[in-house]
Amino acid sequence: MTRKRSNAPIFWALFGAGGALAALVGPVLVFITGIVTPIGMWMPQSVLSYERVLAFSQHWAGKAALFVVVSLFFWHAAHRIFHSLHDVGIHAGTAAKLLCYGSALLGTVIAAAALLSIGF
Amino acid sequence: MTVRKPYVRPMTEWWRRNPFFVRYMLRELTAPFVAVYAVILLIGLVSLSRGEAAYNVWLSALTHPASIVLHWLLLVTITYHAVTLWKVIPKTMPPVKLGGRALPENAITVCGCLATLVVSIVIFLLVGHL
Repeated sequence: MTRKRSNAPIFWALFGAGGALAALVGPVLVFITGIVTPIGMWMPQSVLSYERVLAFSQHWAGKAALFVVVSLFFWHAAHRIFHSLHDVGIHAGTAAKLLCYGSALLGTVIAAAALLSIGF
Repeated sequence: MTVRKPYVRPMTEWWRRNPFFVRYMLRELTAPFVAVYAVILLIGLVSLSRGEAAYNVWLSALTHPASIVLHWLLLVTITYHAVTLWKVIPKTMPPVKLGGRALPENAITVCGCLATLVVSIVIFLLVGHL
């Protein structure tokens, strides 16, 4: 006898992991990539130079970090948005579920493809 | 033809009636901002994979004043996400016993916020000095 198992724990785990990661490194990453480096204050603009970021993304650890941050941020946001739909009066049905988690999956696949095409 | 005209409680903006639900909605509203930042980083990754010229277009877009304003907004909302996450964590985990007494929820929240602070400082120094 086989029982149909819920897929909810998988999405919840991705949501939790992404939420914790966003809480730990989200603010400082936004601060570095979006505020201080572009302004050139406290952080030289060369920090995000092509050579430097390329070298980081070619290292296995840098590649893994970039993939984990981008994909888990997507899964966290997708799950939370999906579960908030009802609160704003939108029916959280199959179509909404496919759209939310499908977007996260698409983001994950594009991130993986980009990182793989950069090479090692 | 129906004679009854039942009262239907209006549910539009239901959350505005209670400050607890206002905070709940603000917390849930942080998700789209996390998604926006993920999209910005993803565009950066795709540009990086397309070579130096494409990457530099993404890099120069980040210096646009509108981008700086957007990132300040992202900083505020994602920091709010971090604080609310550390507030929820003690409610989702089994009670932590210390010397026979349950660790207060506040202590776990403060530890979480400190963890974010320490990790932030470490990353900031690593990025600047490596």
